[in-house]
Amino acid sequence: MRITTRTGSRWGDRAFLTILTIFGLSVVAIAVLMAWTLGRDALGPLERFGFFGFLTGTRWDPVSGTFGAWPFLLGTLITSVAALALSFLPALGLAILSAEYAPKWLATAIDYIVDLLAAIPSVVLGIWGILVLAPALRDSVYRPIVAWATENAPSQLAWLGNPTGYGLVTATLVLALMIVPYTTALARDAIRLVPAEQREAAWGLGATRWEVLRMAVLPYARGGIAAGAVLSFGRALGETMAVAMLIGNSARLPLTLFGPASTMPSVIVNEFREAVNTLHLNSLLAIGFYLFLISLVVNLGAAWIQRRLVPGNTGL
Amino acid sequence: MNLQRRYWRDRIMLGLVILASLVVLTPLLIVIWYVVSQGISALNLDFFTKDLGSPTRVRFGQPTGLAQAIAGTFFIDMAALVMAVPVGIGAGMMLAEYKEHPLNPLLRVLNDTMNGMPAILKGLLVFTLVVRPSGTFSGFAGSLALGIVMLPIIARATEGALTLVPWSIREAGLALGLPRWRVILAAVLPVARPGLVTGVLIAFARAAGEAAPLLLTSLGNNFLPRNAWNPLEYLTKAADTLPQRLYSLAVSPYEEWHAMGWAAGIILLALVIVVFLVGRLLTRRSR
Repeated sequence: MRITTRTGSRWGDRAFLTILTIFGLSVVAIAVLMAWTLGRDALGPLERFGFFGFLTGTRWDPVSGTFGAWPFLLGTLITSVAALALSFLPALGLAILSAEYAPKWLATAIDYIVDLLAAIPSVVLGIWGILVLAPALRDSVYRPIVAWATENAPSQLAWLGNPTGYGLVTATLVLALMIVPYTTALARDAIRLVPAEQREAAWGLGATRWEVLRMAVLPYARGGIAAGAVLSFGRALGETMAVAMLIGNSARLPLTLFGPASTMPSVIVNEFREAVNTLHLNSLLAIGFYLFLISLVVNLGAAWIQRRLVPGNTGL
Repeated sequence: MNLQRRYWRDRIMLGLVILASLVVLTPLLIVIWYVVSQGISALNLDFFTKDLGSPTRVRFGQPTGLAQAIAGTFFIDMAALVMAVPVGIGAGMMLAEYKEHPLNPLLRVLNDTMNGMPAILKGLLVFTLVVRPSGTFSGFAGSLALGIVMLPIIARATEGALTLVPWSIREAGLALGLPRWRVILAAVLPVARPGLVTGVLIAFARAAGEAAPLLLTSLGNNFLPRNAWNPLEYLTKAADTLPQRLYSLAVSPYEEWHAMGWAAGIILLALVIVVFLVGRLLTRRSR
């Protein structure tokens, strides 16, 4: 009797672990499949234009069958870097307010609101951008600036671009708005992890609140905050809908401030339905493949920063 | 440095921190206010019971709604949950309960990477794996893509919730002679349940707002299927969902469709808020 229960339980354990392993392996399989299928479909355009040739080609013309991803890569990098630059300090400010200054009830309220804002679907910000923000910016900012430039500095018009309201700046602003709660939440969690002794030591030296932050808290939380910023950057890179709705969608190089451009995700979603020709469709999939590679590097980079720079984290 | 100046610097910094916070919170709260105030007028009975149909319908003042998108969202998201929850919880369980398992380091890295991958790539994956070979866009392909969006979030949350359960509970179970799998299912899982449910809810909220992967997989559909209550009608053919429909309405040239887009925004926001409130209630009760 005793032996049967023991063997029975051993079989149970083995079966249970096997099931869990299958589930775990399917997560691994999805990641591998993603790399493999995107790479396989990207093969056509990559063989035709070259691995770097496709990436650095400046012409994207479905009619003549020439495909180069450079305008979209550039658009993605410009919008994401600018969005992170715009949102980082305000996000850090809010994180500091919630983690250091605010009384408990206010901190709880802020945390709740920030988590909620981070979960706003991007199409919701998109519809606000397309119907409210873009027309408002066009009428009260872009057009006056361009009108002023035509009068006083016609040579500057070349880089200002066509003020339709849908373009690089509008997309960047909404992108910044979109990642700011995410950056805030990650920075806040990093600041919360700073041990109390660290602060008390600085208080004990007679530091003011700001000096405590600058000397004891921020240096300690540096790694976590940096990793959070990199993750936010990764999120900005892959943000699709809000950008596709606001960037104006042009396959030309993004060399003007207000004028239309495209990013890697936005061109995929915009041209997807029109891509009847196999090379065109595969070129869009190839853009997806490069987006995968960039995103992989960014995510692994964030994990690396987390491991190297966060004190007390031994690399598990 | 003299003391007065240090005090002033302290105050200025506090001012800057408050200013930064307002800069962050104000525009986002304005967005929410806009969505609610613009969309509320389109939220009537027709919105929930009629399908959208062609643009002529709205121009001749005939009743239209988003019933097909609401039903499609429900069935597609449910199918995604059914696929993602067991796999996600299983993978999370492996990470938390079998720490010595050789697959774990790889699993953890890949899971986090998948979590950070843009959702549109998950749509592209399903497009090349399912839509292209089968030759048809389908709600099932959409739910597969959303399931891949949910999976890493659920796995991560499960690992977190299980790690919080004290080891003494496992030791008590093992001391009673229970095998490891029984300890996990009967002793650890019930303690961690609020955390698990919250993780699943967050994954659901995240996936329910995704439009990009659905545009590549379930495509969209202006009409309710003939048999509107049959899930297969949505899963086997091109089907509508709220976020993807919201996008199409927002970029359409019709005023009335814009109003319906705002209203779809209200539904999506309400969904997120309800999910968060429920999650918060659950975690609070467990403490």
